[in-house]
Amino acid sequence: MAEKSKSTDLRRRMRDALKGGGDKAIERQKATGKLTARERILALLDAKSFHEYDLFVEHAGRDFDMDQKYLPGDGVITGTGTIIGHPVCIYAQDFTVAGGSLGYMHAKKITKIMDHAMNLKVPLIGINDSGGARIQEGVNSLAGYGEIFYRNTQASGVIPQISVILGPCAGGAVYSPALTDFVFVVDKISKMFITGPEVIKTVLGEEITMEELGGARTHAEITGNAHFYAESEMECFSQIKQLVSFIPWNNFKKADPFPKKKPKSRKFNIEDIIPGDAKQPYDVRDVIRAVVDDSEFFEIQELFAANIVIGFARLDGETIGFVANQPLVLAGVLDVDSSDKAARFIRYCDAFNIPLCTFVDLPGYLPGVEQEHAGVIRHGAKILYAYSEATVPKITLILRKAYGGGYIAMCSHHLRADFVFAWPTAEIAVMGPEGAANIIFRKEIMQAKNPEKLRQEKIEEYKEKFANPYVAAAYGYIDAVIEPEETRPFLLHALQISKSKSVERPQKKHGIPPF
Amino acid sequence: MDNQENELDYRSLWVDEVKYRTTLTRKYLNRKPYEPPNIKKIKAFIPGTIKAVYVKRRSRVKMNDDLLILEAMKMQNIIKAPMDGVIKAVYVKTGQAVAKDFLLIEFQ
Repeated sequence: MAEKSKSTDLRRRMRDALKGGGDKAIERQKATGKLTARERILALLDAKSFHEYDLFVEHAGRDFDMDQKYLPGDGVITGTGTIIGHPVCIYAQDFTVAGGSLGYMHAKKITKIMDHAMNLKVPLIGINDSGGARIQEGVNSLAGYGEIFYRNTQASGVIPQISVILGPCAGGAVYSPALTDFVFVVDKISKMFITGPEVIKTVLGEEITMEELGGARTHAEITGNAHFYAESEMECFSQIKQLVSFIPWNNFKKADPFPKKKPKSRKFNIEDIIPGDAKQPYDVRDVIRAVVDDSEFFEIQELFAANIVIGFARLDGETIGFVANQPLVLAGVLDVDSSDKAARFIRYCDAFNIPLCTFVDLPGYLPGVEQEHAGVIRHGAKILYAYSEATVPKITLILRKAYGGGYIAMCSHHLRADFVFAWPTAEIAVMGPEGAANIIFRKEIMQAKNPEKLRQEKIEEYKEKFANPYVAAAYGYIDAVIEPEETRPFLLHALQISKSKSVERPQKKHGIPPF
Repeated sequence: MDNQENELDYRSLWVDEVKYRTTLTRKYLNRKPYEPPNIKKIKAFIPGTIKAVYVKRRSRVKMNDDLLILEAMKMQNIIKAPMDGVIKAVYVKTGQAVAKDFLLIEFQ
């Protein structure tokens, strides 16, 4: 009898807690087109895999009559589960409970599941939907954020950390996602900013809408804070599942191998993609698709700094990180944003044992005052640092142009690529033929009877001599000049042969990358 | 895919005297053209509100004389004359809110 009533008591307590903020608050959440925190977790994880902890945690607010209030789960749901069989730790802020605000125990629940993820060495997923610090709990909510940031930093490079922004994430709260590896945003739902539009208007007199200031599209395209952009929460969850399938559980593991598959060579014929003229554009993603398993390329930060392409694909079932200049956008130049984007991805792959494949076709760095003043020197240095530092297998393929500093930066042998291949169309030179001819033959051209005619002749002469892969190959800077259709077999062999790669690095606490 | 390609807005981009055919990004198109600094034009270095104006047209000022107070982020910034000279025009009034880089005062 007594046992039965205890079970009844448990069920009653659970029912109360599972209601979250109650029917009215849930209705309001739904009215804005959002799922509830629990619905989100269930939609993302494998069916019946979610196990919740700390459901009966109570908030610690004592001031402003907070001790009279009951906040189910203190506004955050935490637990463990699986995504396509991969174990994960997860938390989701519940906006229906006190606006998902972060108090002392709310933060404690999050840091507890973070510690759990670190001990178990499994990925951590955080779903953010919160009005920010719980003002009534004062300095304790600030302490909570600080404890989360510290753990994000400790976990960086040990377990994959994924942030999903499904509501407001403002003020200091934005720095947890910013410290994690991948940030997912959804159109019209995600809102991230340090200072909101109202404050900006009152204090600075600048008017801007919430969407333009810190909406999903802004972060995916302009700021680069977000890595994945979706039109709906369900699309976002399918992106997360796909990502999880490409990455390992922790830095001591490799990503799970997939069944080998051939590329769809009829749709992506490697012979037909690249125009012969180095000045004409094409989509470098088609070259990636032409060589990878099932022609499946999972692109990261598609909208931000689109002049460089980054993402995952598989070669004979193994996850590979691809970095490629994109001639379709800004002629594929390196600049501040593309350097930041590539450098961070290279470090991610290196931390998580994912080999790197680099496809090169760039005219150099983007010229202009705006770039120089934005610090293209220190930002551009990041890509050199990241490639030089990386110890995973590094394979480089030069498709067409590899000019000047861009040639060096894009994982040349000098930065310790294991293999550098080049297509016969490759041009490895200090700069494009036009610029080079103008400098080398300046005097002759100026003094000629017909300067333009001589200029064209000299350009042709330079092209003939230097716009090819054989000068670099003659010094051993290129390991092999290969036909386009040999690309996949060469990449597969290079990977197979690099499986036990190990390199010594000098003893140090850590380097000082040009942050 | 093919249809999309046709819709792309191809432009020219010059790098090292070579003209490349490519598309441009929103961020690239919206970048601010560089303007060399002009000591005679006093602009708002931060958005804010004009709290006081101490000079008017034809005022003769010495370097470091107070010109106006620009309040921003609850701080009163005293804007001083960068040189000796005569004021050509004052473009703001007390109480006016100004955006960043708004032209406040011009010297002759």
